[in-house]
Amino acid sequence: MAEMAANNEAPEVLFWVGCAGSFDDRYKKVTVAFVKILNKAGVKFAVLGTEESCTGDPARRAGNEFTFQMLAMSNIQVLDMYGIKKIVTACPHCFNTLKNEYPQLGGHYEVIHHSTFLQQLIDEGRVRIEGGETFKGKKITFHDSCYLGRANNIYEAPRHVLEALDADLVEMKRCRTKGLCCGAGGGQMFKEPEPGKKDINIERIEEALATGADTIAVACPFCMVMMTDGVKNKEKESAVKVYDLAELIAQAEGL
Amino acid sequence: MAIFQQILFIAVLGTVAWLGYRRVSLIRSTILLGKSEDRSDNPGERFSMMLRIAFGQKKMFDRPLIGVLHFAVYIGFILINVEVLEIVLDGILGTHRLFAPFLGSFYATLIGFFELLAVGVLVACIIFLLRRTVTKVERLQPVRHREMNGWPALDGKLILVFEIVLMIAILTMNAADLVLQDLGSPHYRQTGDFFFSQFLKPLFTGLNEETLVIFERVAWWFHIIGIFVFAIYLTYSKHLHIVLAFPNTYFSRLMPKGKMNNMPEITAEVKSMLGIETAQTGEATVIPDRFGAKDVQDLSWKNLMDAYSCTECGRCTAACPANMTGKKLSPRKIMMDTRDRLEDVGRNMLANGGKFVEDGKSLIGDYILEEEINACTTCNACVQECPVLINPLDIILQLRRHKIMDESQAPASWNMMFQNLDTNQAPWKFSPGDRFNWAAGLEPKE
Repeated sequence: MAEMAANNEAPEVLFWVGCAGSFDDRYKKVTVAFVKILNKAGVKFAVLGTEESCTGDPARRAGNEFTFQMLAMSNIQVLDMYGIKKIVTACPHCFNTLKNEYPQLGGHYEVIHHSTFLQQLIDEGRVRIEGGETFKGKKITFHDSCYLGRANNIYEAPRHVLEALDADLVEMKRCRTKGLCCGAGGGQMFKEPEPGKKDINIERIEEALATGADTIAVACPFCMVMMTDGVKNKEKESAVKVYDLAELIAQAEGL
Repeated sequence: MAIFQQILFIAVLGTVAWLGYRRVSLIRSTILLGKSEDRSDNPGERFSMMLRIAFGQKKMFDRPLIGVLHFAVYIGFILINVEVLEIVLDGILGTHRLFAPFLGSFYATLIGFFELLAVGVLVACIIFLLRRTVTKVERLQPVRHREMNGWPALDGKLILVFEIVLMIAILTMNAADLVLQDLGSPHYRQTGDFFFSQFLKPLFTGLNEETLVIFERVAWWFHIIGIFVFAIYLTYSKHLHIVLAFPNTYFSRLMPKGKMNNMPEITAEVKSMLGIETAQTGEATVIPDRFGAKDVQDLSWKNLMDAYSCTECGRCTAACPANMTGKKLSPRKIMMDTRDRLEDVGRNMLANGGKFVEDGKSLIGDYILEEEINACTTCNACVQECPVLINPLDIILQLRRHKIMDESQAPASWNMMFQNLDTNQAPWKFSPGDRFNWAAGLEPKE
């Protein structure tokens, strides 16, 4: 972004990478896949790079409003300095926080989750599924993220994106408004679960496996971790893969 | 005899009105202990929400069969009140079936319609009772859900028995009345047979007029006293939802479920720390006595109305990922505990002339445990499920704010996360300088 600003250019959209997309080895692949899609579609985008900080979501959900607001305020300062108007992110938690909670602190942007953005690119014909891996005959099930679904009523965009793959889309018993959480939200990602008889991601992975899908599609870095761990726990790593929407589209595009 | 009944009735009615008024005032004043929160925006949208969710019971139809049965009880309750109005007026004026002369032959049709509703209520309540006792719907079982132990489980059954008995009383009263009409008893105006109670007539034929009058009177008194007792009872019971569902849906949150309320008192402090000028310099000096919510007084009035509106159906808890995997958290318990605390505070206020005297207890700690609120994934499943738009998550998050910011009581790994956020601007221990390393493998853009 700093580079673009120095050349007096303005991006079409700012890609908010998020901490998982920047640091988590698994999710960095999603970041790269999404960037490849954006490049191929000719989207003029920028990233903040090292000037980006956590949106503060995990702190706020855990109850630490102070840390949240410190992070949020400094992010808003950076975003406003570059005159950012539109943001896309691959993380539903970043998406929710930027879209719904930054306005209270003076940060007003048009914020889009990458599922919606991908759907728009597909609808506009800027992303064409050809030349890559074919998904015909493959069974895919989509795991709704709480912060995309119930929190922000986005249920259809990720499914439209998956439909473009021409795969066999199967639903879990609990989906859309009834979708079951992966177990990571609300700060749970960063602590051990409270005592109980089962881990939430195991409950969810059992449901996903019951669909007979060979691919579990996710749209959230936390869900990615939880679902991947669930598959490992059930020793199904070779038969069942967990991918983000962007990775599936990139594969189909041959990127 | 008639005048004695009239005086007795008016005395009973007055007592009930006074008891009811006292109870409603107390509930109102405890709700108003909560912090102010403006929920008066968008009246049009709010009204349509109330129409759909409370009046139209939209969410109840998520489970169609239960939705229909519940609708039968609800519509029966609302419409039979027209008949209750007649009964109350009869009681005051010493008349009998006051509305009959005005409505002519339509009167029998109307009462017949009420009887149809009464039978609907009767059948639905019997099925509901069976669901609690025989088929054992999981979310209603105290064995599985500790918050249902004792009074709540009994309360749920008592209400159903109450309604069954009331409906039987109304049908008995009408059947005895019809037989008295057939006998040409002077006080019993000819109305024509009613839809359902005509089939009950054989139960009473052959009895002499005096016995019949006793049956009819006892059923009449039993029914109306039952309704009065029920009216007072429901203010102590989970059944308060039949009234509060309406304001509770009207004042529900209209913003996206993912959005948390801001804490402006912290914004001022953060701004001054970051060296950002605040609009008014006086803003920064307002330091609240407490961060987040420790007790019911720290919650908003809407959280407290939510607590009184809860009918303990447990759909929230059945959908809660933490609860279904055996954690202590139960969103229903959060609401029930909040109400229990409020009731305790209310009793305290009554005993101390309307003022709450500190009792050394608080909502978090004495009612809700830290382990419960720490188990929440903030997934909003409970909020999504509630048929009357209660928001347990909002309470959980305010309690967390208190634990973390006021008491500095966080699980060690959360403290680690906070520390990482403060120093590395990421929840994990990574150097901020490495944030852009993911792009290393990409071909440089032209």
